[in-house]
Amino acid sequence: MKDLKSQASKSTTPGKGGLTPEIQSRIGHQLRAMYDDVVRQGVPDRFAELIKKLDTPGGTPQDQGNGGPNDNNGRD
Amino acid sequence: MPLTDSLRNDILAAVPSLRAFAISLSGNADRADDLVQETLLRALANIDSFQPGSNLPAWLFTILRNLFRSDYRKRRREVEDAEGNYAKTLKTQPSQNAHLEFEEFRGALDKLPQDQREALILVGASGFSYEDAASICGCAVGTIKSRVNRARSKLAALLYVDGAEDFGPDETVRAVIGGSGG
Repeated sequence: MKDLKSQASKSTTPGKGGLTPEIQSRIGHQLRAMYDDVVRQGVPDRFAELIKKLDTPGGTPQDQGNGGPNDNNGRD
Repeated sequence: MPLTDSLRNDILAAVPSLRAFAISLSGNADRADDLVQETLLRALANIDSFQPGSNLPAWLFTILRNLFRSDYRKRRREVEDAEGNYAKTLKTQPSQNAHLEFEEFRGALDKLPQDQREALILVGASGFSYEDAASICGCAVGTIKSRVNRARSKLAALLYVDGAEDFGPDETVRAVIGGSGG
């Protein structure tokens, strides 16, 4: 642990710090593998439905979504 | 701005990475999905404050990150408890070796201080620029850079023992190194 600390403080210089490029890329790879595994699961139904249901902020019921009285021209 | 169809689609498109961020932060799939749900509800309720043309993912990540942090203070112990839970969320069970390696990485990530972990994930996995990550975390760009560097150094020290002459798929070496903590 002491060794770890001295290494960490040495490596505050911007850039690679004390890390070899191999270790840098290995950490990056593992981090992304973990993350992308979840990303690949896509959008669970519960969230798709949630977003679909909430047409308007505050849940104000409104027909077809497009009927806003404000400036809605030029959108699509 | 009002919730247009295109904005709704953009929010939907951000959900997978919001989940990945939430799971990476919390290490717990159920809690992560609760966080994402709360983030979406909050975003939709405050959609008027979103500036059209600004970075939607960064806006959503900011909401999620702040929710997590306020929640985290309350539930710190539970988070630490959740170590190992994450692997259960995987659709495909990794092979034994990959699984060990994964658990080890996850465990090391969980040992990082919160500030460093979130900075590393935002920059190293979510792909945000240092500038965006700084705005999500509400700190200076230089602070993010140094947190990312410290996070990497610490992970390297935990996983590969600083120099790491050999950091190949040699589990025995790492089991010996990492196993003493029990």
